[in-house]
Amino acid sequence: MNLFRLVKRDTITSMHHTFIRVIAILIAFGLSSLLLVFTKSDPIQAFYNLLIEPFQYRSGPIEIIKLTTSLTVISLGIGFAFKMKFWNIGAEGQILLGAIGAMVVARSLPTMSAVGLLPLMLLGSFVFGALWGLLPAFFKAKFGTNETLFTLMMNYIALNIVKTLESGPWKDPKSFQNTITPLPDNARIPSLFSEIPWSLLNAGFGIAIVLTAFAYYYINHTKSGYELSVVGESESTARYAGMNVFAIVMRTMIISAGICGIAGFIQVAGNNSTLSSGVAGGLGFTAIITTWLSKLNMFMIPVVSFIFAIIAIGKDGLITIGIPSAAADAIQGIILFCVLGCEFFIRYKIVLIKKSDEFISKVRGAA
Amino acid sequence: MVAILTESNCIELKNITKTFGSVVANNNVNLTIQNGEIHALLGENGSGKTTLMNMLSGIYSPNSGEIKILGEVVNGSSPREFINMGIGMIHQHFKLVDVMSAKENIVLGQPGSIYLNARKMSREISELSEKFELNVNPDKKIYQMSVSEKQNVEILKVLFRGAKVLILDEPTAVLTPQETKKLFKILKNMKENGCSVIIITHKLNEVMEISDRVTVLRKGESIATLNTNETTAKELTELMVGRPIDLSIERKQVNKGKKLLKINQLTVLNEEKIKALNNVSFEVFEGEILGVAGIAGSGQKELCEAITGMQKVKSGHMTFKEENLIGKSPRDIFKMGISMSFIPEDRLGMGLVASMNMIDNVILKSYQKQKGFYLNRKPARMLSEKLIDGLEIKTPGVHHPVRLLSGGNVQKVLLGREIESNPELLITAYPVRGLDINASYKIYDLLNEQKEKGVGILFVGEDLDVLLEISDRIMVLCEGRVVGIVEAKEANKEMIGYMMTGGDMHESI
Amino acid sequence: MEFLTHDFIPYFILAVGYGIPILYGTLGGILAEKAGNINLGIEGMMLMGAAAGFLVSLSTENVIYGLLAAVLAGGFGALIYAFLTVSLKANQIVTGLALTIFGAGMTKFLLNLNKEVVRIPNSVQKSLKPILSDVLGIEGLEHSIFKIFDLSILVYLAFLIAIVLHFYLNHTRYGLNLRAVGENLAAADAAGINVNLYKYVHVVLGGALCGLGGAYLSMYYIPIKTEDVVHGNGWIAVALVIFVSWKPLRAIIGSLLFGALSLLGKSLQTGVSLSPYLLDMLPFIVTILVLIITSVQMSKENAQPRSCGLNFDREER
Repeated sequence: MNLFRLVKRDTITSMHHTFIRVIAILIAFGLSSLLLVFTKSDPIQAFYNLLIEPFQYRSGPIEIIKLTTSLTVISLGIGFAFKMKFWNIGAEGQILLGAIGAMVVARSLPTMSAVGLLPLMLLGSFVFGALWGLLPAFFKAKFGTNETLFTLMMNYIALNIVKTLESGPWKDPKSFQNTITPLPDNARIPSLFSEIPWSLLNAGFGIAIVLTAFAYYYINHTKSGYELSVVGESESTARYAGMNVFAIVMRTMIISAGICGIAGFIQVAGNNSTLSSGVAGGLGFTAIITTWLSKLNMFMIPVVSFIFAIIAIGKDGLITIGIPSAAADAIQGIILFCVLGCEFFIRYKIVLIKKSDEFISKVRGAA
Repeated sequence: MVAILTESNCIELKNITKTFGSVVANNNVNLTIQNGEIHALLGENGSGKTTLMNMLSGIYSPNSGEIKILGEVVNGSSPREFINMGIGMIHQHFKLVDVMSAKENIVLGQPGSIYLNARKMSREISELSEKFELNVNPDKKIYQMSVSEKQNVEILKVLFRGAKVLILDEPTAVLTPQETKKLFKILKNMKENGCSVIIITHKLNEVMEISDRVTVLRKGESIATLNTNETTAKELTELMVGRPIDLSIERKQVNKGKKLLKINQLTVLNEEKIKALNNVSFEVFEGEILGVAGIAGSGQKELCEAITGMQKVKSGHMTFKEENLIGKSPRDIFKMGISMSFIPEDRLGMGLVASMNMIDNVILKSYQKQKGFYLNRKPARMLSEKLIDGLEIKTPGVHHPVRLLSGGNVQKVLLGREIESNPELLITAYPVRGLDINASYKIYDLLNEQKEKGVGILFVGEDLDVLLEISDRIMVLCEGRVVGIVEAKEANKEMIGYMMTGGDMHESI
Repeated sequence: MEFLTHDFIPYFILAVGYGIPILYGTLGGILAEKAGNINLGIEGMMLMGAAAGFLVSLSTENVIYGLLAAVLAGGFGALIYAFLTVSLKANQIVTGLALTIFGAGMTKFLLNLNKEVVRIPNSVQKSLKPILSDVLGIEGLEHSIFKIFDLSILVYLAFLIAIVLHFYLNHTRYGLNLRAVGENLAAADAAGINVNLYKYVHVVLGGALCGLGGAYLSMYYIPIKTEDVVHGNGWIAVALVIFVSWKPLRAIIGSLLFGALSLLGKSLQTGVSLSPYLLDMLPFIVTILVLIITSVQMSKENAQPRSCGLNFDREER
């Protein structure tokens, strides 16, 4: 017989849950320190520069919040699809298409005032992103086409569309490189608090807060949210209950991809000043991980996004102590591995064979 | 007696205990299999037969206890080791790879030369197949095979591995009587060749027909082991259910009401475009229970799903109180105001959402009646609490996921929800499968109560005794056709059994 | 003849150059998916292989050590993935993405520890592609039709591996067992196959192949220190796995086709009004079409192995 057995847990207390995750993160820090020591760097200094220093300089917190904003919006979008067990890994492409949508609106209405233009750009980004997500959703719902691979492929098509626009139709005539003409001021998201020092903080932050509340309400307290959860758990139950599965899949993907599209709008009109092929820059992939680690809890998404944003912003601080900034990516990878691995200990418990007899008698005593 | 009983036992299970989470599936089970015997493992659904045999084939490993094969204690816990010790198991749900051919499935996991000689494989397997009259085409893909062909592949697979002990889990559930006869012949043939056979079943007649000895399991415990020729069906039944019981279920006398459901020449195709239902015609009236009998896979599932709008209909007419049902989705039927309830066979996979709590499961059928965007869970919570009290559902609370409840309680949640929607027509598929006797009787009572209220009930069942007692009329299906519809009072088990194989009812009498 | 030596063959050789890293990645991907594990970490494993191959051949000036390091690095990445998805039953897609983030990060980190721009010794690159005339001892082969054989050893190795894999999957006992694991975990387990062992071995072997693909890029194709030498080839490989219906022999043709397509994109860059990027998206569009067609046909045999994405728990009820 084996020395131990795996037993699936029925329930787990949230204290125990948190404890396991904290252990995982500590292990990740340990492994990262080993990596740093191995390459002759000082891990304590490195973690200080990575995690604390970004808050010390003036623009640091703002950069972190800007990135948190984008990551949160994208993760919320992905969250809708994941809740339905629709593995949308095409956020990257949906962001790009959303960005194109915002650009199309801005370029066709160059003289409109910001009050009118920005909502239209937002709408444009939502529509473009949603359309990009609808295509795989349609084939998934009609023919069961594998959505993971489909949405993944759509990312590269989107990327090449943007590159095409960069190199030709939308190329900035004043630039020698392949870049797109910057947006005029009326097409830029204004600052949220223009009087206070956080002047760079734009209204995208407000959009993220509104969307978080919306996502929580929609998924937990509306009929549509209930329907998408049922479809995610069991399609045949949904059909049995008289739900229109096709419509639910399409509707949910419109919201999911549309919100990712809005992230594209925030990127071009808020964080950057124009569209470029780097506008998504892997955020769509990072957000898949933040969504997953949030366990599809809409209020956890901003928290996890915030942590990821700190690491991403803090990595430039590593260069000052002679560590390549990419170390942050490697550390991020290590943290991900540890947190993904620890899920196992949340779902299962390992029981030593001798102890399992006591366990049984306990169960019987309880029954 | 054909069996040559020797002193030596080929398998000894001692004090085996196995738990899943907090559920105790086997508790201190003891079982001894002798060389060259056919040993029946008898027990109700959920009595732990399959779990026990899964431990004897290495799929599960016991929490405690000892497994001895040919006098040797087994320490390993993987299927590989048990195969090597000469144990072959044929699972109820076949463990075959669909896209592969029969021969590929048969040599799967076997040691031997690295290179696979396709032609040699075909030849060897054909020879073996002929020797045991199994009729397996080695090059046919599994997904193109019928159920009994697949079972033959499984048997061949076990024989190919030179198994000394053959375990079959409910092998006859999917077979016609002719196929069953052939299977039993094969098993007897194996016994004469010195093999031992363990057959898991809950059908008493099969136990009496084929086994030398029988072990009865009840609620995960081994109750008794008897020589088959020294016992009776009655004694076995009593051992199985734990107390001498009167099998009779009351058939309430209710005056037949108006015609509810009328089905005329209904034809339905399954996924493989084969006729799963072929020209089916029948009617259901208010206040009656129409039983549906047939071997598994005779079109029962398609019938239920076609009526409820979940399955496309090829041709035919179907009306509910004169309103057309053809081409209507479950949603359309709901919108037409037809109150029809369906208790599907797959409770956690279709009738309920396994991971959700009771409130979210109870709300499943009523949420569409709510107006607006907001989902109000309050009425569902109150209803859940009412069901817990009224049906004595054992659960820690309304927020507990239903998948963690026991089978009987799961069924009570489902049936309770459906009955609360005040249906005029109630369709139930195998409503007591996996339930213990007490829970089963509770379900029969609930159904009878509904019948007295004037509800029309379509009862798809597998236990003929139950069908004969509870139904007013019985419709027998065979290969998607209606063989006949008989008054339950005038029918008997032999007649229904004969009809299930496609025989004309008049010939049997 | 003129057409062959002047137009076709140079074009062919360039297309092979583009296609080979994709071929390695695709073969690695096929192995993992045949074991029922969809690994989106191909890009990351190729990057790890590239960095390891580059750094080790830079410091040892030995091509064998370089290749070995690449194989080990790719295999190590896959081992992390296998441990998480097979032993700890983590979600395959998320773990694959994490592997790509980790691989890319590690690569950049290790390459940037030394700030100078460096290239690996010419001798390393040369030993990966001996001059044809020297090998055969015949003068002037480079200018004849035999020019078509003027390819890196790693090209022949890739073709050879593809053929071996084809044979392995379809005509050997291990290949049969592997396919069963990928199609139906419970059936494979009940047949006595050590499911987890098969998964580990083939996922790690797949990672090793990805590592070789990375080494081809960093040690031979672009032997100068480049942060992102793989540049999306791993993702194209993910697409190609589908495009070739999980068949290694088709992967040879597929990778040449994809190579030729990207080459076409690059060569059209000047003078033609059509954007080269539109051609770059062609492989992905074709892959989507393949996905759609196989799902509409409900083809059982040209589909993704059915246990892909599922983790194995024998006692799951």
